[in-house]
Amino acid sequence: MSVLPLILAKFPQAAQVFLSHVFALVENRVAIWEQMQRLALLQDYNTRVVLFGTATLGCAAGVVGVFTLLRKRALMGDAISHATLPGIAISFILAGTFGWNEKSLPILLAGATATGLLGVVSILAIRNLTKLKEDTALGVVLSVFFGAGVSLLGIIQQMPKGHAAGLESFILGKTASMVASDAIFIATASLLCLACCALMFKELKLLCFDEIFAGSRGYPILTLDLALMTSVVIISIVGLQAVGLIMVVALLVIPAASARFWTDSLGNMTLISAGIGTFSGISGAGISAIFPRLPSGAMIVLICAGWFALSVSAGSRRGLIVRSLRRLKINRSVQRQHFLRTMFELSEEANSLAIVDGISLATLSVARTWRKRELISTVRRSVKEGWITRIGNQIKLTKKGKIEAARLTRQHRLWELFLIHHADVAPSRVDREADHIEHVLEPETVAELETILSEDRQRIPQSPHELPHQQHDSSAARNVANDLEKKRVNIRNQENC
Amino acid sequence: MPNLPWNWMLDGWIVATAIVCAVSCSLVGNFLVLRRMSMLGDAITHAVLPGLAIAFFVTQSRSSLPMFFGAAGVGVCTAFFTEWIRKSGRVDEGASLGVVFTTLFALGLVFIVHSIDRVDLDADCVLYGSIELTPLDLVKVAGLQIPRAFFVLTLVLCLNAMLILLFLKELRITSFDPSLAASVGFSPAVIHYLLMIIVAITAVASFESVGSVLVVAMMVVPPASAYLITTRLSSMIFVSIMFAIASAILGHLSAIAIPNWFGFRSTSTAGMMAVASGVFLLVTALFAPRQGIAIKLWHQLTLGLHILADDIVALLYRVEEKQGKKHAESQWVRESLICNQNLFRLIKTWLQIRGEIEVHQEKISLTRRGHFRAQNLVRSHRLWEQYLLDEVGVSPNRIHPQAERMEHYTDSELREKLHQAVDNSLIDPHGSPIPDERSTESES
Repeated sequence: MSVLPLILAKFPQAAQVFLSHVFALVENRVAIWEQMQRLALLQDYNTRVVLFGTATLGCAAGVVGVFTLLRKRALMGDAISHATLPGIAISFILAGTFGWNEKSLPILLAGATATGLLGVVSILAIRNLTKLKEDTALGVVLSVFFGAGVSLLGIIQQMPKGHAAGLESFILGKTASMVASDAIFIATASLLCLACCALMFKELKLLCFDEIFAGSRGYPILTLDLALMTSVVIISIVGLQAVGLIMVVALLVIPAASARFWTDSLGNMTLISAGIGTFSGISGAGISAIFPRLPSGAMIVLICAGWFALSVSAGSRRGLIVRSLRRLKINRSVQRQHFLRTMFELSEEANSLAIVDGISLATLSVARTWRKRELISTVRRSVKEGWITRIGNQIKLTKKGKIEAARLTRQHRLWELFLIHHADVAPSRVDREADHIEHVLEPETVAELETILSEDRQRIPQSPHELPHQQHDSSAARNVANDLEKKRVNIRNQENC
Repeated sequence: MPNLPWNWMLDGWIVATAIVCAVSCSLVGNFLVLRRMSMLGDAITHAVLPGLAIAFFVTQSRSSLPMFFGAAGVGVCTAFFTEWIRKSGRVDEGASLGVVFTTLFALGLVFIVHSIDRVDLDADCVLYGSIELTPLDLVKVAGLQIPRAFFVLTLVLCLNAMLILLFLKELRITSFDPSLAASVGFSPAVIHYLLMIIVAITAVASFESVGSVLVVAMMVVPPASAYLITTRLSSMIFVSIMFAIASAILGHLSAIAIPNWFGFRSTSTAGMMAVASGVFLLVTALFAPRQGIAIKLWHQLTLGLHILADDIVALLYRVEEKQGKKHAESQWVRESLICNQNLFRLIKTWLQIRGEIEVHQEKISLTRRGHFRAQNLVRSHRLWEQYLLDEVGVSPNRIHPQAERMEHYTDSELREKLHQAVDNSLIDPHGSPIPDERSTESES
């Protein structure tokens, strides 16, 4: 494809455009600073109105979004927003026919609400009465209603006094031109939804987590579902007009999805989601007020997306960082436990062979086929934690290490014995199985194992199978050591040449 | 339709393009519906905005090829990001889709508004590509002048059909049982991403030439209708193609015909196609042979009426048996069965038509035929009571309601078996005689 050279060819031009923007920003620095001051002190009447409107909308959408997200209907807002189009078109036509003002807001909103609710009812009907799934119901309602709306708009454009230009801005939204009555309207609707969610918090919680249980306790599931969906309709319609279709969807989905990364409790999740929604609403509108030519709806979405990125990576419950740290910690402890047990088993064998000094790294790496880097980092960590001491290549368990290693070996062998005697697992296979379980054995389980197996309480049981390295005693280790020595000699020879 | 403004050169091409588009969208749509990703089509049509903006910025023209590659690239990215967020963040499919496409759209919007001065590219032209204009944009292929959209979409259709035929087995197994697919040894992820790429290409190629409404509708609605009436993947795909073709034809016809009735010219074909497919879905949902809502309701209704008719004749039989009266007051029967007046009248008429009762001056009596039906019912009832008490050990005060329910579903064969099971007993637990079996067929 010739796209890449094209991009490269355009790069200087792009850089120039970008730089000119930066310079323009620097030149306007004073103006921007003043703007920021004005914004911070809420001096502009218009800014005040816009910020108030977007903040309440963000808050309400955040709260309602939590419930739709948990009901796996995150894209409900999308479907509903599209479903309002035929309503707007129909009310436009009807108003024209009866000689009312076609563009009066209450009439258009009434139409939008009517088809929005019809969309909700259709979604619930498709979900409850047919075998189609949630997402298909949303997709069907979205496309069919939107198609009907587009067809009606096609007719409106041919009407004698049809100037449907205003209708499109109704769909796409324009935040900056919000006036006080709009803001009050948004705030009223948002507060209504918030109050609705607050009053029915317990019921909605049940509905989200266990619909069937809620039904069996006598809660009116269908009514609750309808109430929730109605508040989605209200938010969508109010938001459509204020910030546009895509922005409504974003405000309904992203804050809630971000909040999920921080907490496991619904109450906290709702609070966090409302917080993110409010913050994004305020800051998005604020940025758009300070900098010229940044559409506020898009900025709100981008700030939400920033929050989402932050939550995905750093969320304290499900964030990627937290989860990978947790996994790393588990992996390390498993590795350490394997290492200590191997040390114990090797010294057991070494005692019988009367080799008292420590165990070499080469012997260890043969014993469990560790990768070298893995082994060395485990050894280093264990030295630091005081389980072993290391002199050169020789490793020795400390006193603390011996106790811990004995405990681990005992757990491992108890579990092996249990598997052999009570679970009928072949002795040749128990080592592997026990490897997985030994790390999660609780002290109570160990005590129980002891009573079941009625072993001597303190003794470490004999390994029920031959330890792998007992067979070819330490000759393997010696071979490895010899190999290493040979290699070293070779290298030295090469260097000499 | 007497004066349909039909022109083969224009309308013929429009319908042909619509059919090709609808079929290629619903081919891939089948798998989206099965994998619960129906909203992907909608998401991609919104999310490609930055791709268009970048392509426009790079080439400074609205020529279609770079636009196509820009959009398709971002479309594929949408699918990839969604999958990545869903997997690594353990977020629900819909939510991760919502996050990705709104963010991309906002990014595209900022990019367009902020970086390109003379904006020749706005959200409207993305949302409403127009299928009516396709016959005007012609290309020459093999010596024939054909619309560009038709040519492009035919290519896409061939690609989709080929890939789906090649990978049908893999797509089927990964759609229905991803873990089985993984255990058999091919990666569900590879197939998933392959599907996503076809979806993105199909969506972009379609909405660029015929508009986004059509893409979203045709990816979801015909497969959804097909899903309701089929139980096999291959037949689902076939039926969905049929629905797609039917929606395309009906959609265009209604787009040019319906506005005429109200004195307008014509309206959006894409919009009417979506509506037409919606109508097909509604009809299917209502009248699907096995699971249709109306069919189910009708079965329930007829079953209810049948049971009510059973109860009426059985009541008349018992009256005759206990009190020796050949007929009963219509009013009294209705009240003792606690039945709605209109419903009762309906049932009475029906029973009269079947020749099972006779009505004389508000008095009902059983005919010979009705008598046989009632006798068999009462026989079933008493046999069940005896059986429940003797063999199952249900307590005596609970056998009546149980038997009341069972009697309607018991045929002569089952009665015979019950009769043997209760040791050919001649009286029921309440002391009433168990009447003999009567064959209604042979008598009539």
